[in-house]
Amino acid sequence: MNALVSFILVCILLFIPWIGVSVLGLKILFGIVIPYACFLVFVIGLIYKIIYWARSPVPYKIPATCGQQKSLPWVRRTLKDRIESPFYTWEVILRMFLEIVFFRSLFRNLRADLSGKRLIYGSAKWLWLGAILFHWSFFIILLRHLRLFTNPVPVFIQKLDYIDSFIQSLGVPPLYITDILILAGLIFLLLRRFFDPKVSYLSYGSDFFPLFLILGIVISGILMRYYIKVDVYGVKQLTLGLATLNPTIPEGAKIGTIFYIHLFLVSSLAAYFPFSKLVHMIGIFFSPTRNMANNNRAVRHVNPWEYPVKHLTYAEFQERFKEVMEQAGIPIDEEVKPEKHEWQSWYILEKK
Amino acid sequence: MSLPKPEELIQDVELHKTPEKHWMDIKPELKKGYYLSIIDPKILEELDLPNMGKWQPYDEKWPLPENWKDIVREEILRRMEKHRSFKLFMDICVRCGACADKCHFFLGTGDPKNMPVLRAELIRSIIKGEFSTFGKIFGKFAGARRLTEDVIKEWFYYFYQCSECRRCSIFCPYGIDTAEVTIMMREILLKLGIGTDWGLKPVHNSYYIGNHVGIPPHTLKENLEFLMSDFYEITGIQVDVSKYLNRKGAEILYVPMSGDYFADPGIYTMMGILALFHYLDLDVTLSAFASEGGNFGYFNSLEMAKRLHSKIYEEARRLKVKWILGGECGHKWRLWHQYHNTWFGPIDFLEIPKSPITGTVFEHAKDSKLVHICEFTADLIAHNKLNLDPSRNDHLIVTFHDSCNPSRAMGFFEEPRFILKHVCNNFVEMPENTIKEKTFCCGSGSGLNAGENMEIRMRGGFPRANAVEYVHKNFGVNTLVCICAIDRAVLTSLMQYWVPEVSVAGVHELVANALVFPGEKERTTDLRYRPLKGKEGNV
Ligand code: SF4
Ligand code: SF4
Repeated sequence: MNALVSFILVCILLFIPWIGVSVLGLKILFGIVIPYACFLVFVIGLIYKIIYWARSPVPYKIPATCGQQKSLPWVRRTLKDRIESPFYTWEVILRMFLEIVFFRSLFRNLRADLSGKRLIYGSAKWLWLGAILFHWSFFIILLRHLRLFTNPVPVFIQKLDYIDSFIQSLGVPPLYITDILILAGLIFLLLRRFFDPKVSYLSYGSDFFPLFLILGIVISGILMRYYIKVDVYGVKQLTLGLATLNPTIPEGAKIGTIFYIHLFLVSSLAAYFPFSKLVHMIGIFFSPTRNMANNNRAVRHVNPWEYPVKHLTYAEFQERFKEVMEQAGIPIDEEVKPEKHEWQSWYILEKK
Repeated sequence: MSLPKPEELIQDVELHKTPEKHWMDIKPELKKGYYLSIIDPKILEELDLPNMGKWQPYDEKWPLPENWKDIVREEILRRMEKHRSFKLFMDICVRCGACADKCHFFLGTGDPKNMPVLRAELIRSIIKGEFSTFGKIFGKFAGARRLTEDVIKEWFYYFYQCSECRRCSIFCPYGIDTAEVTIMMREILLKLGIGTDWGLKPVHNSYYIGNHVGIPPHTLKENLEFLMSDFYEITGIQVDVSKYLNRKGAEILYVPMSGDYFADPGIYTMMGILALFHYLDLDVTLSAFASEGGNFGYFNSLEMAKRLHSKIYEEARRLKVKWILGGECGHKWRLWHQYHNTWFGPIDFLEIPKSPITGTVFEHAKDSKLVHICEFTADLIAHNKLNLDPSRNDHLIVTFHDSCNPSRAMGFFEEPRFILKHVCNNFVEMPENTIKEKTFCCGSGSGLNAGENMEIRMRGGFPRANAVEYVHKNFGVNTLVCICAIDRAVLTSLMQYWVPEVSVAGVHELVANALVFPGEKERTTDLRYRPLKGKEGNV
């Protein structure tokens, strides 16, 4: 049901440029205005999110540790320990690198099954594989697209394009490997949401929506490249114009509605990105359980809003138990004097 | 309340089947044996906390304060402002489900709301539904819902079915820590006046008397004397307890947990630790006031945790010690390691800890001045300072339970293992996916170790017990060693239920079994009066 609504939403998104361009001829709107507007929303939205998170302080140093701490000199710490229980900054950086680039934590994934009265845990790397395929392909495809926004195209992008399309034999134009892999990844992630009972149970419509949307983008892109050919030269004129802030709709070029559909879906994704769960891409950098060092006892972390709290003092304690302590022969502290200490509580502070 | 038999308890658990209805449409049904009782309002008052009068969770209508919605909304926003973790975790979950079957409460109940992701959704959905326009328009489609009284019941029910163990967080690709969410949510509930009896009575005791179980100073001394008189009977070694209590000018302050001088089997660990102090002739003292290293405050709010633990550094200052040594405890070490110097620092009135026996400087604790007793003992063994006879633990086949907090908030894996391998000859690890960072909770952590919620405890502890059962059946393991005072108490009940042949011990109980004192009499039993291997006839 949720999935269906998401699917319909994406279909609606698909029809908007179709009608807009092929019926109403609003090429400037769909080729220039909307992409610019959405890109702006994307950038401003992301900056807003970053500031929004950064505004809240990190009061405590709370890394989640998955390896041996640094303690006594003779306690051996392997490279794994250093990365998963980082003490030094470079170890933290390495940990973050592995998380962001190789999805380290997801690689840990297990699957629990109950067989009779026994729990068994199997390795479950499929989710990791699907996620890696999808994210990496997406990233490479994005890089590849830079050739549409640069002139001359940097050698690096040319090389990437060349490597990605090394399967030459299947016809002209050559097939991109990432096109296949991203489809595989997406379909896996989608099927999982449909058929894994737990994942399906906890999925909202808003979890299906981006999957369908990206699927729409990928499929429209593939169609454009292999089936409904568009005038590549015209497209490049348009995209280069966008990139150089000199936007034009090339005269007479047969760009084709499919291109506008592709562009519109990409724009929608960009605009949707900062306000949805997709911000996890930026959020991971902020995650305090991953980006902090496990050196708490050696290096003090300061909480900007820490305040003294109300507590019982030893003087009050001794006053209450003096007699029994004396009887039991427990030393009494004669020097201690009752003292008043300043304190705050969440009630007092929060009333302000 | 009687529990079903072990083989029946988890029969209803289905890990791969989910209810027909969407979770938002399932009304919370508070099952007996799953939730804790509510605290007496008087205790709340004496702790300067709000209360809702006398009531219990099974009451149809909860006496929420009139402006409860405002309170809740305000408290949520405040916590997002103060804790980046909470704010971030509310935004970035993609519902990938990697955490779903990592929670022991899910594995023991099959209840989808015990999947960490849905536990967090219980609040995430409210934030979307109450504060986001997007969420208000799209509602359930976007995972948003409105705040109702049922939501409060649900929060109480499920945030007290999370033991803040952080197992889910290490599997999450973004490090979303449901324990952090639970901490925030319990704080918010407490702001309404919802607090548990089992969670707050110890707080009250610890605040006014010094320790969770409310043992006054003279009884503390008596208990310790009693322990050491047993020790004398077993070993012939006389330990004078009085020099270990409230002695000003000692070099080290040792902070125990009340569980260790209050009840079996914790007392054997305490016995072992005092024996070790005596063996080393260590210049160490306990404080009758700072007689609790554990901190139930933490299971209610961070502020309450800080209020309880203030006394530790203050006692260290008053007693003029140089540094602090902490006993075997789980959540205490999360606080001591991750919070203490932020709360109370800079700790400039103490010195960088240095072992007076080996000369080792504990560089890794140079700021907080807090050393774990296992670090201390491991260092002694590494420097060959202890005369150990591991064969005196030959009647035990040992496995080690990594407590959640030292594992996932500290990375404390090798020190206790190093000790164990030197004090006993039979050591077996549990299956790889149930130890170290992937360790399973005892099922009763974070203040859930009461009697009225025994069913959820036995269910939540099932994955742990299951792994113990495996090594018991395959390797004959009969002793489960742990470094946590709550564990020593609750794993004992857990084992009695699931694997009754296995008993629970602390690391230093085994250390003292193996420790050869000069001039001791020939030992025929361990600290629990159980015959040593080959000495069965002598008892
Ligand atoms: S693993 Fe993390 S991102 Fe995935 S569902 Fe759980 S909390 Fe959300
Ligand atoms: S912190 Fe532990 S108990 Fe809580 S949801 Fe995560 S795995 Fe479950």
